[in-house]
Amino acid sequence: MRPNHSESSAEVKPDGLTRRSLLKLSAASILGASFGMGASIGITRWNRTAPPAYLFFSGAEAKTLIAMCEQIIPADDTPGATDAGVIHYIDRQLIGIFTRHQVTYRKGLEALHKTCLRVYQTAFENLDFKRQTATLCLLETNQAPKECWGDQSQSEFFNLVIDHTRQGFYGSPRYGGNKNYVSYRMLGLAYPNLIGQNRYSASRPG
Amino acid sequence: MEKVNVVIVGAGAGGGVVAKELAQAGLTVVLLERGEWPHYDDNNDDELYSQRTPVLGNPYGPDDLRHRRVVVNGDGSTRVVVPSDGAYNNNAGCVGGGTVSYGAMAWRFMPQDFRLRSIYGDVPDSTLADWPISYDDLEVFYEKAEYEIGVSGDYTDNPFCGPRKKPFPMPAFPMNKEGNLVVETTKRMGLHPFPVPMLRNSVPHNGRPACIHMRYCVGFACPVNAKSGTHNTVLPIALATGNCQVRTGCVASEIIVDDHGRARSVRYFDADGKAQEQTADLVVISASATETARLLLNSKSKLFPNGAGNNNDWVGRNLQGHLYVGASGLMEQEIYDDSGPGTTVAISDYNHGNPGLVGGGMLATEFTSMPNNFCGIRPPGEARWGKAHKDFQRRYYKRLVRLIGPIQEIPNFHARVTIDPVVKDAWGIPVCRLSGTRHSYDIRLGDFLADKAEAIIKEMGATRVWRNGPGMWLSGGQHQAGTCRMGNDPKTSVTNRIGQVHDIDNLFIADGSLHVTNGGFNPVLTIMAMAYRVADAINTGWKGSKFK
Repeated sequence: MRPNHSESSAEVKPDGLTRRSLLKLSAASILGASFGMGASIGITRWNRTAPPAYLFFSGAEAKTLIAMCEQIIPADDTPGATDAGVIHYIDRQLIGIFTRHQVTYRKGLEALHKTCLRVYQTAFENLDFKRQTATLCLLETNQAPKECWGDQSQSEFFNLVIDHTRQGFYGSPRYGGNKNYVSYRMLGLAYPNLIGQNRYSASRPG
Repeated sequence: MEKVNVVIVGAGAGGGVVAKELAQAGLTVVLLERGEWPHYDDNNDDELYSQRTPVLGNPYGPDDLRHRRVVVNGDGSTRVVVPSDGAYNNNAGCVGGGTVSYGAMAWRFMPQDFRLRSIYGDVPDSTLADWPISYDDLEVFYEKAEYEIGVSGDYTDNPFCGPRKKPFPMPAFPMNKEGNLVVETTKRMGLHPFPVPMLRNSVPHNGRPACIHMRYCVGFACPVNAKSGTHNTVLPIALATGNCQVRTGCVASEIIVDDHGRARSVRYFDADGKAQEQTADLVVISASATETARLLLNSKSKLFPNGAGNNNDWVGRNLQGHLYVGASGLMEQEIYDDSGPGTTVAISDYNHGNPGLVGGGMLATEFTSMPNNFCGIRPPGEARWGKAHKDFQRRYYKRLVRLIGPIQEIPNFHARVTIDPVVKDAWGIPVCRLSGTRHSYDIRLGDFLADKAEAIIKEMGATRVWRNGPGMWLSGGQHQAGTCRMGNDPKTSVTNRIGQVHDIDNLFIADGSLHVTNGGFNPVLTIMAMAYRVADAINTGWKGSKFK
């Protein structure tokens, strides 16, 4: 594909697709991905670079946060935060309506990393489950080493992650979390919600 | 811009009613609304983007990008808040206002609610007063609101309500499982349960279908149009007269009051952000208790240098909403039956006549709690995260019972809306500054009502029961009221008994701002009834170019 070609030049592709229709297809693939329908057939071969795994987080930050979220809602006989894709909910909102929380995440994750290096000589995500829990209990009560945290409040950071993890886990799948409606299944809630659609009759449930 | 008879600011519960009544009487009406028309398919089954739990914003406005308020903290410091922050005390911004996404409880206040000062005497450090009108003055307008907008209910088993000439236009909603248990329990306790009256169709009514009991109800527009608001009842009638024009996306900035003390026009920014001025014979403000006060305070003139109607410093005072208290419990057996909106039964036994107390409040079962919202519903000391959190969600989501209710707050002079000297919104209009707290008496009353709820929940057989007790934060929110109180004495009120601003003959208010006190009930039906009454006074008293 030539760089800098203008919108108006209807550049013909070998298979007959114009640039305009490519743009449309790309848009469709983005929409498709965000609604969990998978990429449309035939799109991937024009993608020269794979999209980044995260929009806001670095790979290292994401590893730490995924472990944190899993602590908040752990998998047992039903899926937990990791299975639900909570990280993607938080990641997406941070470049949208949660822009104001970017600094808290950046500083908080760094401070948590420092804390674990200092206490355990390894990253949070490498600790065993019990040690991770114990570390978060310290954050919850502002008892992690102060010098790792500076002016960032430990409990405020942790509370924010608790709130966002629950939102990602229990909210609508359209925001990237609650993949395959795992939390609704866990609670025994019918989904999709059939009641309320015009095409269904007005009968009372149950 | 061509002069019209009436310009109304705000197309919510109050403004929609006034527009219809005046347009039907033949007056030309321009209705300015900052938001847009809602659509049925705005209901997206999305707990995070709902008017009740606006984690990701308010779907029915106002948006977080263009709107700001300043909140004065307890220590005197201030902070800037956006509409999705609870401290903003938001009310929806769209055609229909709060009536699009509300829970739609359709309460009349009780006769005693209009006469608190006479019945109970003074409360120190309060501005407690009687209304200048009585329940009887409002009864015909309550009835009109119930019939024209549409209420389902049955007061056969409610011995405490005021007299009514006609029954409800639609039968009451049936009880859900939780409601049946409350009925059985409270009857056993000698109390008087009855179905919650609803601005919602229990049967097809006025060309709209019956409710289909979906769980995504409160906080959302109704996808089948069974919920009754001003946007789908009175406003279509107003438009059909040909006398009413609704201008959406229009943000009012100032009421122009001339040197003779008459309102001449409303200045506003249109949907393109362009400054406009609409002249009119009459101006009606129905923008909600916070925004109406803001608009009046931002309207300075020669005769009213501190804002329209504010020469005695009462505009913006007595801000009140509702302190909600109650109790929650966990049952052994499942009680959730996925039948929205969820609240079905109420008792009014504790609204008045509580020994040694001024007034009280009703108690009702609660709207369906969504999964994320349910994370915050916990007995004291319960874990917020980890396996314990998950176990609680799994075990109790369908076993929750709740009784909560609004106590009628004691108004005070220091809970107020002023204008922030620095912060402006996206249109450059100075924003609301909210300060003060509720009256300490509310805590006493709140404790009383929470205790009563707790006793009932225990009697229902819940295994764990906890109180949802009171707190001192500033009150307002969707039930905001009181900032332009009506009264007979211009020195201690903003409008007279028909909602006409003292000393500005052609400026009226028609929203919760007028409420002297706010009842121990959701206030929307009273706002609608009062709007019918204000419109009736205008239609009776307006003689072409002059009032009276």
